[in-house]
Amino acid sequence: MTRARPDAVIVGGGHNGLVNAAYLARAGLNVLVLERRHVLGGAAVTEEVFPGFRYCVCSYVVSLLRPEIIRDLDLARHGLEILPLESTFTPLPDGDHLVRWADHDRTRQEIHRHSHRDAEAYDEFGRLMVQLAMAVKPVLEMAPPDPASWRPRNLASMARLAGHFRGLGAEKLAALVKLMTMSSADFLDEWFETEALKATMSASGIIGTFLGPRSPGTAYVLLHHYMGEIDGAFRAWGFARGGTGAVSEAIASAARGFGARVRTEAPVERILTRGGRAVGVLLASGEEIEAPIVVSGVDPKRTFLDLLEPEDLPRDFVDAIRRFRIRGSSGKVNLALAGAPSFTALPGDGAHLRGAISISPTVEYLERAYDDAKYGAFSKRPYMDIVLPSMIDPGMAPPGRHVMSIFVQYAPYELDGGWNDARREAFGDAVIDTLCEYAPDLSDLILHRQVLTPADMEETFGLTGGNIFHGELSLHQLFFLRPAPGWADYRTPIANLYLCGSGAHPGGGVCGAPGRLAAARILRDRRR
Amino acid sequence: MCLKRMEAPLLRGTPLHPRTSQLCQAQNWRRWAGYVVAGSYELLHEREYFAIRTTAALIDVSPLYKYQVTGPDAERFLNRLIPRDVERCAVHQVLYTPWCDDAGKVIDDGTVARLDPDAFRLTSGEPNLRWLQDVAAGLAVTIGDISESLAALALQGPASREILQRLSDASLADLRFFRLTHALVAGIPTTITRTGYTGDLGYELWVEPDQAIPLWDRLTDAGAGYGLLPAGMLALDVARIEAGLPLIDVDYIPSNKALIEQQKSSPYELDLGWTVRLDKGPFVGRQALVAEEARGPAWRFTGLEVAWDSIEGLYAELGLPPALPLTAWRVSVPVYSKGEQVGYATSGCWSPILKRYIALAHLRSAWAEPGTELEMEVTVEHRRRRAAVRVVRKPFFDPPRKRALPGAEGVRGVSGSAPASGAPSGAGDAG
Repeated sequence: MTRARPDAVIVGGGHNGLVNAAYLARAGLNVLVLERRHVLGGAAVTEEVFPGFRYCVCSYVVSLLRPEIIRDLDLARHGLEILPLESTFTPLPDGDHLVRWADHDRTRQEIHRHSHRDAEAYDEFGRLMVQLAMAVKPVLEMAPPDPASWRPRNLASMARLAGHFRGLGAEKLAALVKLMTMSSADFLDEWFETEALKATMSASGIIGTFLGPRSPGTAYVLLHHYMGEIDGAFRAWGFARGGTGAVSEAIASAARGFGARVRTEAPVERILTRGGRAVGVLLASGEEIEAPIVVSGVDPKRTFLDLLEPEDLPRDFVDAIRRFRIRGSSGKVNLALAGAPSFTALPGDGAHLRGAISISPTVEYLERAYDDAKYGAFSKRPYMDIVLPSMIDPGMAPPGRHVMSIFVQYAPYELDGGWNDARREAFGDAVIDTLCEYAPDLSDLILHRQVLTPADMEETFGLTGGNIFHGELSLHQLFFLRPAPGWADYRTPIANLYLCGSGAHPGGGVCGAPGRLAAARILRDRRR
Repeated sequence: MCLKRMEAPLLRGTPLHPRTSQLCQAQNWRRWAGYVVAGSYELLHEREYFAIRTTAALIDVSPLYKYQVTGPDAERFLNRLIPRDVERCAVHQVLYTPWCDDAGKVIDDGTVARLDPDAFRLTSGEPNLRWLQDVAAGLAVTIGDISESLAALALQGPASREILQRLSDASLADLRFFRLTHALVAGIPTTITRTGYTGDLGYELWVEPDQAIPLWDRLTDAGAGYGLLPAGMLALDVARIEAGLPLIDVDYIPSNKALIEQQKSSPYELDLGWTVRLDKGPFVGRQALVAEEARGPAWRFTGLEVAWDSIEGLYAELGLPPALPLTAWRVSVPVYSKGEQVGYATSGCWSPILKRYIALAHLRSAWAEPGTELEMEVTVEHRRRRAAVRVVRKPFFDPPRKRALPGAEGVRGVSGSAPASGAPSGAGDAG
């Protein structure tokens, strides 16, 4: 490198690393991003795996990308176009279906078909969720205070938080506590009677966790769906034109615009420390890059247990990181299709294929899928969240052809006997066989199939355990506990080493908040 | 790609849609509860409005939500649900009523018709089945959603009685305001209620969906010589503002939809205190309403009349004649007193029959006395201005024929004036 020594190196060019880089560069720092792979984006990538067909290989929708990041980095100018993904179609084995549409009347009419009560409850439930999402939103936007610390700044932050929750009023506070403690199935049982509705809604509570809909604590994740809703017309929820990789590219473009440098195929082997301070990184090539600030966008286990020497860190911290739950529970199947599939429950290639398709007929179906995984098998009948990106953005596939992105749960990282090629294909077959029960013509349309197991995700994207969120989004690993008690402020026991990935608060999804909040922390520390 | 398939229509037509869609020359459709209904049939809705006020108009109100309440505890249930005293509701009587949540905030409003000692029919603006079932917990009552199995036609206007009488086998001469009768109308079994949303003489006809078109056609034939016209939502909106009748989602937000407390209203705040019988025994929201009654409501829902000179002057400054809202507006408009905002108007229009610019407004109680001079924001040529307005009693328009029996015209009240106190006659069936 002929350029000046960087002020900060960022390990990992995933979307959070890039967001962090953009914010640091915007503040005038000389920033260098180091990405192991040939493409930027980490798990938020679009790749032409099969000629002419662009796969959202891993992450496939934009759900919680923070509006302030879109504004601050002017991502629209850098090419980010978020297209509407407005419906959720749940085909049912008996040939019926449930679709939730963007249009209120239409959704009400559809739910009404299944249950008059549920059609009405749906509105009130939505209202409560919006109220609670409004209550939780400020928490997601702040760096969590440490409840065990007596530092004045921390106390003030805790006091603000306490005041915030007290201000909610008894009714909403009660609902919030229920949401934090109940299972999504039990919580939804209090509201609805339609199985397909409860199952499809509770599915959003289990994505990326190694829990079932009847596991306590899963209700909280229901809120995340409504987080996107409060941004309403801003529409941070949808499908990025060009696939999820387009989000990463837009952020990278913004970062470069602020002067950040980005190197691909530059895997970091070690984070270098001296006297308890981070001083740079060592690349696999043997190249050493010195920098006074090192930011890790990779998951906590990889950061602390692989990229550092055990002596670098306090024993209790290492312990906490080793105990951090990061069990991968999902797989991904991407298909190139000769045409749009037709579902028995709602034939044709209508508007219902332009949204999400959820294979979640009953709560019991989901719980049974979890049962398989609990005992070391992949689900024979898995939960699936499916999107046909080419129905929304025709540029994702050749004209008339389609790509199908299938998120599959459960596929345990620790499969009985371990993952190998044969088990990967068996898993892929289970997915296609299950789907063909709903869309029989699918198998004849498949031109190419890519199957990713949690082991593949670890291998390809460096996600420890194949966990898509850098650590499970369960309550004991959120907020001031993420990734370890006392270390939720993006700092680490090593001075000048920061964490900016999904393993930090507020966690996973293509939301960018950890990258942004970590940058704020770094810039504050630097001014001292 | 997806255009090749004809999908099911996204919005439903009412049972009358095959007929109304033939008649709707304006292609002006509005959404109402998941249905499409005519906004206006003609290019301008003015004639339809005048049909309501001077001859007769036929309005498709089928999208109303309707519930059948039956069982030995039906009366008990309704007494628990609504603030009015259902014990005092005779068979074949209809009550206008709001109903509240536990905090005494209005969820919805509609009519309760007593068909039999143990059978009632309830109408509402929003779906309420879940609420009704929850309030009915522990009571021997069955609540059926009959929204789709009952079509509704409103026949409104001064000539409505004569037209309907030509076809009806039951005498309408003694059918009083807010009473009902069962009849064969042109041979079609019909429940006739002397109710409506226009504040005029009028009836609502409740029939099986497959009888709706034959009934419509026979009424149209019978009314031809009287000047009967089909009327759409635009004409109805002007009429209901003149009648001072609040519209859910426009003039108030149902409490179960409100995101914050300030968006909710109590019956007192909606000027529906006359429906609240605190002395009748427990009902949902009573406790909160007792407290509110004692301290007085913070808000009032009143009429406003825009001073002609003021609005004319604002336009004259620019060399323009005054522009008046011939179509009712439904946006929130600030109302001021000496520069301080003291409320907001939620609906307004030019009243063609009164020749006045009127509005319905929520005002802080201290500024809600009739006669209070205030200012309302108006946009004149891209600029926000304030027009002088005066607080007036509702209803703005209240013809004696609305509640009179034939031959008793003019006995009970004077057009345009309001009763001295208590129950405003425009709001429904009180008195």
